[in-house]
Amino acid sequence: MSLAVVKSDPLANRLASSDHVTAGWTAPARAEALARLTAMGLPGRRDEYWRYTRPDALNAAMPLPAMDFRSDEVPVFDAVDRLRIVFIDGVFSEADSDPLDVAGIRVERLADVQGADIHWAQDLYGTLEAKGQHPVARPFAALATATATDGVLIHVTGRALRPVSLIYRHNAATSDAVLHHVIRLDPGAALTLLENGPGAARFTTLMEVDVGEGAAFHHIRAQGRDRDRHAATHLFARVAAAALFKSFTLTVNGRLTRNEAVIDLLGDGGVAHIAGAALGDGAFMHDDTVFMTHDAVGCESRQVFKKVLRNGAVGVFQGKILVKQGAQKTDGYQISQSLLLDEDSQFLAKPELEIYADDVACSHGSTSGAIDETALYYLRSRGVPRKEAVDLLVLSFVAEALAEIADDDLREDIADRLRGWLARRA
Amino acid sequence: MLEINNLHVELEGDAKPILKGVSLSIGAGTVHAIMGPNGSGKSTMSYVLSGRDGYRVTEGTATLQGEDLLAMDPEQRAAAGLFLAFQYPVEIPGVGNMTFLRTALNAQRKTRGEPEVSAGEFLKLIRDKAKSLKIDAEMLKRPVNVGFSGGEKKRNEILQMAVLEPKMCILDETDSGLDVDAMKLVADGVNALRDQGRSFLVITHYQRLLDHIAPDVVHIMADGRIVKTGGPDLALEVENNGYADILAEVKG
Ligand SMILES: Nc1ncnc2c1ncn2[C@@H]1O[C@H](COP(=O)(O)OP(=O)(O)OP(=O)(O)O)[C@@H](O)[C@H]1O
Ligand SMILES: [Mg+2]
Repeated sequence: MSLAVVKSDPLANRLASSDHVTAGWTAPARAEALARLTAMGLPGRRDEYWRYTRPDALNAAMPLPAMDFRSDEVPVFDAVDRLRIVFIDGVFSEADSDPLDVAGIRVERLADVQGADIHWAQDLYGTLEAKGQHPVARPFAALATATATDGVLIHVTGRALRPVSLIYRHNAATSDAVLHHVIRLDPGAALTLLENGPGAARFTTLMEVDVGEGAAFHHIRAQGRDRDRHAATHLFARVAAAALFKSFTLTVNGRLTRNEAVIDLLGDGGVAHIAGAALGDGAFMHDDTVFMTHDAVGCESRQVFKKVLRNGAVGVFQGKILVKQGAQKTDGYQISQSLLLDEDSQFLAKPELEIYADDVACSHGSTSGAIDETALYYLRSRGVPRKEAVDLLVLSFVAEALAEIADDDLREDIADRLRGWLARRA
Repeated sequence: MLEINNLHVELEGDAKPILKGVSLSIGAGTVHAIMGPNGSGKSTMSYVLSGRDGYRVTEGTATLQGEDLLAMDPEQRAAAGLFLAFQYPVEIPGVGNMTFLRTALNAQRKTRGEPEVSAGEFLKLIRDKAKSLKIDAEMLKRPVNVGFSGGEKKRNEILQMAVLEPKMCILDETDSGLDVDAMKLVADGVNALRDQGRSFLVITHYQRLLDHIAPDVVHIMADGRIVKTGGPDLALEVENNGYADILAEVKG
């Protein structure tokens, strides 16, 4: 594969660090993605959706080093009965993973099926990503399609009895990993997908999810806590009629996190919820960029994002609801809020609504505020010490996002992780 | 129990004097009532005693069982035994009522060097207390005061008081907004807690609550001062004649 760029080009340098797959059924999709990426280039300050977040570390030829986070806490999801699929610095580890045979699900490793001629994932690999490049370019998603070295293909044909859990360990200080997952839920199928761990010093991921008619997809993610890690993640989903898509992400720590989600509601009566809670202290830049499209009748969408920031941490939210012509009876909701624990921290929000149908109910709100002094006083007047009272108010602030996790045990797991973060603060 | 001496308070940043020399002495095991016109400084006094920000004490002292209240953080005052039932209880979305109360109880116990109450013990304790105040299990699960009616909020304040078992209870207009039955429940709740080691300061506009909670001493506050102190009859006098006579008499 030849690159239409010269070596001094930052994109060429960025691509030089990864091995390129040029054979097998993903090859055409990879070539097209590379062409897309070459045409759009790496993001810069002038790009409308990169004004708040500096992409330098993501653009750089080599990743910045990141130490892995150590704690004696019980790992998140530890008590959950699940199918564990482990990646170490972006490479699937068979030894650490469970056998990939589970009733109702077919799980394959992207790297293993390179040679297969016909594969259901062929219709999906890079397809949702390509479609999601308009109207906003997403260069690192194209990069993931073009250069992913590993990932899983999950085909859910029935109700998966156990969650599938993708565990991303990080060992090497300067690892640079690019993963691409493809997930298909057949009509009526159900899957809970868990993700946790930092993945690598620099972690670029793309997940394409096809939720069939009446299917239900639950996604709960706890991003890695390595302080200096950089991550660009992408979630592209299409949601068929009467299907349910739910995604929740908890982020604590990480120098840079850019989580992009592009969700298309394509069938009548579909539901898509995406939520996130981010807690940052110090060198923390966290960006949620969401594009929700209503392209069918009677669909419901929710975007619920909460960020707790202190010591100069920065939060970004760029969320859009696009209601296409004919998408009547749309119910769209979007809320993005930050709790600034001091005056050094910053929240930048760009909420957008674009509506081409007349019978819709869409609401959005964005707020930035400090701890409610009256509530703080009330708690303290009952004997709760200041620090504990602030922690309670932080938990109460993110509660609406956590409430988006349907499963009680998983929600409690995530809440534990949150409490751990709070307990580590002075 | 509670000794307030010549307390002067103004708003921070405003230098507007609100309390202009309040003195009050509440003995252990007694119930005092404070009445007084709107804006006379009753709530301000209770906020200052419990440690709310935004006020500056320019003169005077306040001690609880000999300890300097004004030097303590609000949480220390609570652990020392002070409790304020708020005139306007605060809503805290996302914090469950039970979590809140258990956190508060255990924090106080920890400060006092007492062992924490286990989840099981706490559940039993709160169920008993809630039952007598006719607060149902569903209300206990809800976020603190969110979606509670005015009367439910007031009953929730008394529930907190019953669970935390403070030594000095200040009730700021706990009766306003209560229906007749709820008022009886609240009064029963208060009476159940009355004992030798516990004192009450009941701020109210109406005799009705005092019919149920018989006070030992009644004070009238006006314009930032206690202008008159008497027995239970003083409250009846206010109920019948308003404040005009008393204020005229004080001025005169
Ligand atoms: N934060 C504040 N800012 C401005 N004025 C204040 C503030 N707090 C109290 N005041 C003023 O101080 C005075 C006393 O208020 P306070 O609430 O203590 O009265 P109160 O006796 O409790 O009245 P009520 O019977 O109506 O509850 C009032 O004039 C009030 O407007
Ligand atoms: Mg008042």
